[in-house]
Amino acid sequence: MSWMVWTVPTAIFFSTIGAMLAGMTVWEVVSPSIERKGFLPISTTRGDRLFIGLLSAAYIHLAVVGFTDISIWFALAASILWLLVLMRWG
Amino acid sequence: MNKVYNNKAWFLILPMLLLVAFSAIIPLMTVVNYSVQDVFDANTRFFTGTEWFETMLNNPTLQAALLRQFAFSFTILAIQIPLGIGIALLMPKRGWQASAVLILITLPLLIPWNVVGSIWQLFTRGDIGLMGVGIRELGYAYNITRNPADAWATIILMDVWHWTPLIALLCYSGLRSIPDAYYQAARIDRASKWAVFRYIQLPKLTNVLVIGILLRFMHSFMIYAEPFVLTGGGPGSSTTFLSQSLTTMAIGQQDLGPSAAFSLIYFLIILLVSWVFYTAIMNMQKDNTNQGGA
Repeated sequence: MSWMVWTVPTAIFFSTIGAMLAGMTVWEVVSPSIERKGFLPISTTRGDRLFIGLLSAAYIHLAVVGFTDISIWFALAASILWLLVLMRWG
Repeated sequence: MNKVYNNKAWFLILPMLLLVAFSAIIPLMTVVNYSVQDVFDANTRFFTGTEWFETMLNNPTLQAALLRQFAFSFTILAIQIPLGIGIALLMPKRGWQASAVLILITLPLLIPWNVVGSIWQLFTRGDIGLMGVGIRELGYAYNITRNPADAWATIILMDVWHWTPLIALLCYSGLRSIPDAYYQAARIDRASKWAVFRYIQLPKLTNVLVIGILLRFMHSFMIYAEPFVLTGGGPGSSTTFLSQSLTTMAIGQQDLGPSAAFSLIYFLIILLVSWVFYTAIMNMQKDNTNQGGA
């Protein structure tokens, strides 16, 4: 595994994503997702909203890192908040 | 009606998942790991955090390449999609003419990228190339190594020549799958040719067009060999697209950390644009079927 040059932050990152996917699978089995329309212009399933949330999280982080001096932790906090809002009302 | 859900078939994709893990997911994870470090060799590496991302996002060369890339991709889509549909509508529908035209149209698709580059490189040369000499004889000082506008026009023409057949073939197969009953109904209603196209053919082409647009967007966004052989990214850097900038950085300069960060940004852009295209077109279709049902 050393050729993959792992670091602790990236390991945590991928474990979180993996845990999210596993969690979504369990959630889907326990109570299947129903496609619905929230504040987004399109009707989405739970998985769609997670994808949108993660993708926008990536862009939030890139924008903060690239074009501002704000700490990346604020980007993380904003992304988590946005993901929760999206999952609940999206 | 109660639908019976049986999702056991999902287990059948396990081998594929394993294959994709080794061919795509694990390499991608490695790229992520590289993007946050400065790796010198197996034992010497330093954690740099977000530094590479910051440098790459503020690099004017890459920003310019990104803009050029978008300009290129949207230009060729704007030409190839209507042109491909048009060609598909004109293609003969049966008999030996249909087969002959199909073969002729498919020919450019069979040529490898770098060969296409070489063909056009020769074709556009000012001293021996048919097109180069031809345009010069007409009185225009055509020169793709000097004039950026000529280089751009040639690369777009080359891509249109190489890839419009793909759109035409996809649309042709889409058109063939429309039952005759639709056309008969349209004739009874005395629908105009435009109405037939707008309300029968175009809606039935949506699915193949989604595939066509996505494929063409991703392909053109990753274009490398053709402009590299034809113009080498020049004159200056006027036709240097993203993948060529990336290759120069990763292979030419061995800057693995910055190029990893840049690759991830590149990947995220492709992911976003493809997703937006896909969702937009799929939703258009959903609205149409809803209206039709109501």
